[in-house]
Amino acid sequence: MFVMLQTVFPDLSAATPEIFLFIVAMALLMVGVFAPAARAAAVVGRLALLSLVVALVMVLMQDGVKVATFENMFIVDRFAIFMKVLVLIGSALTLLMSGRFFAEMNARKFEYPVLVVLATLGMMMMISANDLIALYMGLEIQSLALYVLAAFLRDQERSTEAGLKYFVLGALSSGMLLYGASMVYGFAGTTQFAALAAVLKGGEVAPGIIVGIVFIAAGLAFKVSAVPFHMWTPDVYEGAPTPVTAFFAVAPKVAAIALFLRVMLEPFGGIAAEWRQVIVFLSVASMILGAFAAIRQNNIKRLMAYSSIGHVGYALLGLAVGTSEGIRAVLVYMAIYLTMNIGTFACILAMRRQGQYVEQIPDLAGLSKRNLPMAIIMMLLMFSLAGVPPLAGFFGKFYVFKAVMEMSALSSGWTVLAVIGVLSSVVGAFYYLRIVKVMFFDEALEPLDLPSGRELGLLMGLAGAFNLFFFPFAGPLLRAAGNAAAALF
Amino acid sequence: MIIASLAFYLFAIMTVGSALMVIVARNPVHSVLFLILAFFSSAGLFVLLGAEFLAMILVIVYVGAVAVLFMFVVMMLDINFVELRQGFLEYMPIGALVAVILLVEIAMVAAAWHFAPEAPEAMAAPLATLGAGHNTEALGNLIYTKYLYLFQGAGVVLLIAMIGAIVLTHRRRPGVKRQDISEQVSRRRDQAVEMKRVEPGQGV
Repeated sequence: MFVMLQTVFPDLSAATPEIFLFIVAMALLMVGVFAPAARAAAVVGRLALLSLVVALVMVLMQDGVKVATFENMFIVDRFAIFMKVLVLIGSALTLLMSGRFFAEMNARKFEYPVLVVLATLGMMMMISANDLIALYMGLEIQSLALYVLAAFLRDQERSTEAGLKYFVLGALSSGMLLYGASMVYGFAGTTQFAALAAVLKGGEVAPGIIVGIVFIAAGLAFKVSAVPFHMWTPDVYEGAPTPVTAFFAVAPKVAAIALFLRVMLEPFGGIAAEWRQVIVFLSVASMILGAFAAIRQNNIKRLMAYSSIGHVGYALLGLAVGTSEGIRAVLVYMAIYLTMNIGTFACILAMRRQGQYVEQIPDLAGLSKRNLPMAIIMMLLMFSLAGVPPLAGFFGKFYVFKAVMEMSALSSGWTVLAVIGVLSSVVGAFYYLRIVKVMFFDEALEPLDLPSGRELGLLMGLAGAFNLFFFPFAGPLLRAAGNAAAALF
Repeated sequence: MIIASLAFYLFAIMTVGSALMVIVARNPVHSVLFLILAFFSSAGLFVLLGAEFLAMILVIVYVGAVAVLFMFVVMMLDINFVELRQGFLEYMPIGALVAVILLVEIAMVAAAWHFAPEAPEAMAAPLATLGAGHNTEALGNLIYTKYLYLFQGAGVVLLIAMIGAIVLTHRRRPGVKRQDISEQVSRRRDQAVEMKRVEPGQGV
């Protein structure tokens, strides 16, 4: 007894960038195997970079009309396009700065670019997730590739330790997220975001749903490294190879924030009152810990880890506000955060002494005499990270606080949040300025090498220029972020 | 009807009995063989339930692949199973306690399910869309059509796991002679044979 079921072929056009990246990843594996062994890594690296750029063009060519495909599991809207552009830029630029590092470490393998491409694919799937299962799939694809990347220098104990730590804690957070998702499914009866939003329109909410949301938020907070789920960040950032750390600091963070925004606002947007305090707590704790814990750090990668924890706190403040103003502020913040981190990590990768990579802050001493342009760019980026006007970092924080202050008309508690944010950014300014002081006023015992290779100089220049001359970019960026934020409401 | 119940009891007793033998057998190879028997009997139970696809999958995947893999592991690793089993009786009370708690919990879940007023509805809900065709077709429709995106995603996860395992563990060892058929076949006489003029009384 055969009953032919009608099969509807899914609309693939919305997912072309993802499908393209997946096919490219498989093709690059073949290229890597069959190309001459000596050149395989370089060839695959270049092709991977090219394909990320092509994927970026494909994303930009999508028109931004909301399309859901694959049985409503995959959604493309202006928000997804904006975030995917950020992720692809972050992945491409960090891939650009990694080739020379691995070549000099004698660990250049063609699998590295392939894993970066696959991780990027996972991030794009996260950003477009429209279903709890699709969310988990994207997250796992991304995380699994990142675990391997963290341990990529497998002969270095630090790197393997970072990979193992990240894997164990990441598996734990995935478990929490899945538990939360199963609670939500059990009490709401669906995993689709649109259907969840229809079920959870406010009013009386089952306690199981709230428990589920809290667990999902905990799992996502781990991925964006918000306090109290941040413990892995400093160790993993320090132990992972520096280009991988740069990648971690940029692309996955943007993707996880995007996922966080979509999950909280689309399915659970109707019951924002139930989860707002959780996000407020995550945000305040991250801002404060990011500011104070970084003070004692001497390793610049650890310092950047705490700095990223603090920055996530500011971004989550925008989510806690939950208005379209707040979301726009988060999107602008993430775009600026991306440029600041790319530039800073390009500077960190240029820190070498007698051909060896160094990563202690005192190693930067006397940089202004040895290499003034790099010192000036690093200074600009540090000022920008600290949020000093008129650099880009100031505007990121400005829009977030503006969105918070607009809410303060409703309740005075928001003013307190804004004050905490401003105060912790003042504390944070201390350690950013300390780096500037070390570069300009301390005497070097042994100077750093001049950076080799054009890529790092190019990235530093671009990031420095963007942060210094933010005004011409501000208008288009704000408009794009505004359109993207509107797609979530 | 009576034949069906007889078959059920036969398969059930076989499953439980062979599962018991898996943990009490002294010889690990016997354990694996009993495991295969347990898999077969549970496949029989699935057939009785009308889930023929699951039954076949159980036989193909578990008996055909997993059990054979176990067999390899058991035979290739030099593990002293007698020593491993030394503390078996020592842990027996705790194990029994855990088993009893599990049994009570399962009973509670089943009871709650049985007495809940909305249970029949919820039980019927997922079956409604699967009504058409037999269960191989219905499962295929779910996995390859409805959840196509997730199925492909799971494939990507496995691909990454494979790449990761190779990147992190594979080492190219020097001095290992590998067979390269094309190189061996394309070898010519002048590459393989060298003519030497040997002076009398001196050797090569």
